[in-house]
Amino acid sequence: MIGRLLASRGRNLTRREALECYLFISPVCIGLLAFTIGPILASLYFSFTEYNIIRAPKWVGLGKFHDLIQDELFWQSLKVTSLYVVMHLPLSLVLALGIALLMNQKVRGIIFFRTVYYLPSVVSGVAVALLWMWIFNPEFGILNTLLALVNIRGPAWLFDEHWSLPAIALMSLWGVGGSMLIYLAGLQGIPSELYEAAEIDGASRWRRFWFITLPLLSTVILFNLVMGLIASFQEFTPAYVMTSGGPNFSTLFYNYYLYENAFEYLYMGYASAMAWVLLVIVLILTLLVFKSSPMWVFYQERQKE
Amino acid sequence: MSVAQGTSRTTARRLEHFLTYLLLVTGGVVICIPFFWMISTSLKQQMDVYLFPPQWIPEPVQWDNYRQVMTFWPFWTYVGNSVFVSVGSIVGKLIASSLAAYGFARLRARGRDVIFVILLSTMMLPSQVTLIPQFILFSKLRWIDSFKPLVVPAFFLGPFYVFLLRQFFMTISFELEDAARMDGCNSLQVFYRVILPLSMPALAIVAIFEFRGRWNDFLEPLIFLNSPSKRTLALALQFFQGSEGVLPQLHLLMAASFLSMVPLLVLFTVAQKRFIQGIVFTGIKG
Repeated sequence: MIGRLLASRGRNLTRREALECYLFISPVCIGLLAFTIGPILASLYFSFTEYNIIRAPKWVGLGKFHDLIQDELFWQSLKVTSLYVVMHLPLSLVLALGIALLMNQKVRGIIFFRTVYYLPSVVSGVAVALLWMWIFNPEFGILNTLLALVNIRGPAWLFDEHWSLPAIALMSLWGVGGSMLIYLAGLQGIPSELYEAAEIDGASRWRRFWFITLPLLSTVILFNLVMGLIASFQEFTPAYVMTSGGPNFSTLFYNYYLYENAFEYLYMGYASAMAWVLLVIVLILTLLVFKSSPMWVFYQERQKE
Repeated sequence: MSVAQGTSRTTARRLEHFLTYLLLVTGGVVICIPFFWMISTSLKQQMDVYLFPPQWIPEPVQWDNYRQVMTFWPFWTYVGNSVFVSVGSIVGKLIASSLAAYGFARLRARGRDVIFVILLSTMMLPSQVTLIPQFILFSKLRWIDSFKPLVVPAFFLGPFYVFLLRQFFMTISFELEDAARMDGCNSLQVFYRVILPLSMPALAIVAIFEFRGRWNDFLEPLIFLNSPSKRTLALALQFFQGSEGVLPQLHLLMAASFLSMVPLLVLFTVAQKRFIQGIVFTGIKG
């Protein structure tokens, strides 16, 4: 429809229209080149060099990638990040969906609860990390105090290499409201006639969830899955603020180790190599998710305009 | 349907209602405990922070902690820095993304859709890939330790916002635009006389998103700023924490952390409804 309307305006306009279009999108195009595509290519180049900013980059070929393979801490950071993904992602996806289902109930005061559940995801970063450090405090923190009430002796959390990563994963669940809201948006987009029809047919609540809600929500699940995956690999603030990657490298997140290399030791070449390895990993994982999606994602027929 | 059946159905409904509320309230309480603990700690005397078992309600309540937080370190300087960076970014992203979204949504040109797809795909990019060259670029430009690296790129970036606003602009009717053109408006005039006034809700969402992102941002200020006087609030909080993970003044640290959260908590509570609409918009039509 849009095309037809525009076409009716005649040829003279088209050329001018194109020029105007380019002008309107030019700031973003400049940014795309200067701050995104340019830097991507630059970091690819740096990954083949030894570079500390002060001296000119020195070409070392695949040397930095070779160093990476032999760097135990690199493998540790990959392991930590993967473990974090495994602990954090499935749990947060399920929890967010569960809360969204609860939030979709039509009961009085639901707006108030929505706000309460959503608020923790609004605040993130340093203040949240500081707060949870205090919550996780082994002696005076509220978590172990509450556990003591039910006769559980809580671990030392951030000071214990076995519990530090689960602690950070637990903290991240507090902010699950963000993906909850995206699920909720998806839920509210499901036409209620579908449920009504199913109810008339006598479908149980569980069947309605399994055969209506879940299929119609699968694109949203896919979205949350991909975004959660990418975000996990970018986790930085908790490692920096709460643990400095410790104890005993148990919270050496990939992004934190990259930061250390780049901005504390100025190993720009090495860090660029790490960044590119990460880019490839994220690309492969995202591709896998998308490739597998026809098996479990239900695409609605697009409505005609 | 018999009366008995009807009653049992209402009972079931009631029970369901009750269980829903039970879940909602339990979850809500669990979610609020960290906030409560933070506020409670922030109002304690220094000695009382390390009492065992802990005090839930501070006794006596030390309102003075908040006065101390605002006076014994340059709190308002940090707030000012955060506000400056946030507002600068918001203005930049609003201008750049709304202009581009108009171009992508309503003006036709060869290669437009290809550029749009490339732009969208950069959303999936891990930021580390661009961060190091950006740092090198900014240090060559001698922008390090100024707010420029945090604000200037905002006038050229924002793929997600371009996407969001494009979705919104596409819903605005072309009749309005055509009428304006009949009256002799050019595209720029159409853009700010017709499109922008109709898009205030979407623009507000962009502003809110960007405010949250910038206010909470830690990595970029950490990398780009050096001088203590230029720290944003988030960065200053981290330095306030002190070295070696020791927390000598926890009551003040919690007061400062809470204060840093207040603008976001207030903003999102007030804008909640509009905000959910925004997410519905991006989520469904995407």
